[in-house]
Amino acid sequence: MEFLFQPWPWYITGPLIALILFLLYYLGKSFGVSSNLETLCALGGAGNFLEYFKFDWKKNSWNLVFLVGAVLGGFISYQWLTPNEAIALSAATIQDLSTLGFENIGTSFLPDEIFSIDSLLTVKGFFILLIAGFLVGFGARYAGGCTSGHAIVGLSNLEFPSLISVIGFFIGGVFMTWIILPILF
Amino acid sequence: MRYLKFLLVGILFGIILSKGEVISWYRIYEMFKFQSFHMFGVIGSTVAIGIFLMILFKKGIIKTYWNDTIRVAPKRKGISRNLLGGTIFGLGWALAGACPGPMFILLGRGSIAIGIVILGALIGAFSYHSVKSKLPH
Repeated sequence: MEFLFQPWPWYITGPLIALILFLLYYLGKSFGVSSNLETLCALGGAGNFLEYFKFDWKKNSWNLVFLVGAVLGGFISYQWLTPNEAIALSAATIQDLSTLGFENIGTSFLPDEIFSIDSLLTVKGFFILLIAGFLVGFGARYAGGCTSGHAIVGLSNLEFPSLISVIGFFIGGVFMTWIILPILF
Repeated sequence: MRYLKFLLVGILFGIILSKGEVISWYRIYEMFKFQSFHMFGVIGSTVAIGIFLMILFKKGIIKTYWNDTIRVAPKRKGISRNLLGGTIFGLGWALAGACPGPMFILLGRGSIAIGIVILGALIGAFSYHSVKSKLPH
C-alpha cells in the first residue's frame, strides 16, 4: 500500500501508460486525447458556425467517457493517493526557476505564479492561461495529434509524420522554455 | 454499461499520470530544459513497449476482445502540417505545462485556472478548422 502514496518513478509510469495503450486497442478503439477537443466543440454546437463540426459526435462518445474517467482519476489521486505533492526536481531546475522569481518551487504540481486565483485574476495571468490553451488546441489539431496520438502511438508505430511532429513539439517547447518564459516572468 | 470500461480505463489513466507527476507543470519545464531524465524515461519506456505492442497487433498475435484484427490508423503526411502544428503545440505545452490529457486530469484536482486553459484549447481547435484552408499542410 505504501507504494500507492509515493510518487511513481518513470519505469513504473511509462509501462503503465503502455498498458492504457494496450487496453484501448484491445477494446477496439484508439489512443488519442486531443480529438476530444473537436468532439467537445461539436457537442457544444460548433456545427452551427462551421460545417466541419456537423459530424456525429456520438460516435466518439467512448472517448469522452474516457476523458471523464481521466478527470475522475485526477480527483481520486488528489483526494486519496497523494498525501504530499512535493516533486523531487533537479537542483538545476529549482535554480533556474528561482532566477525567474518563482517561489515554493516543486512543493505542489502547479506553480502559483501561473495557476493561482490571484494570477488568474490579472489580465496578464488570464491571457497566459488562455493563450497557452489556444496554442495546444490549435497546434494539436493542425498536427493531427498531441502527445498521445503522435509521441506515443505514432512513434510506437514508427510513423514518419509523428517523428516530424515530435521534433516540432520540442522546437516549440524549447523556444518557449528558454526564450519566452524568461521574458514573461 | 458498454461505456463503463472506457470510464475505468480513463480513471486508470488519470491516476497513472498523476502518480507519475506527468501532470506537473514543473516536470514539463524540467523536460524542455533537459535537466532530468524523468519525462524522457516515461515517454521512452512507453514507446519502447508500444513498438513491441504494434508489432504484435500487426502480426495478429494480439487481437481485440472480440477477436478482430487491430488496425492502427496511419498519420497524415505533410511536413508543414506536422512541423508547424507540432511547433505551435510545443509552445503551448511548455507554457501551460500540460498537454490535452493532463489538462483534464488537473481539472479533476479542482484547478480553476486549468479550466481557462481548456477553454483556450477548445477555441484553438475551433480556430484551426476556421482557418485551415489558408494554412500550408
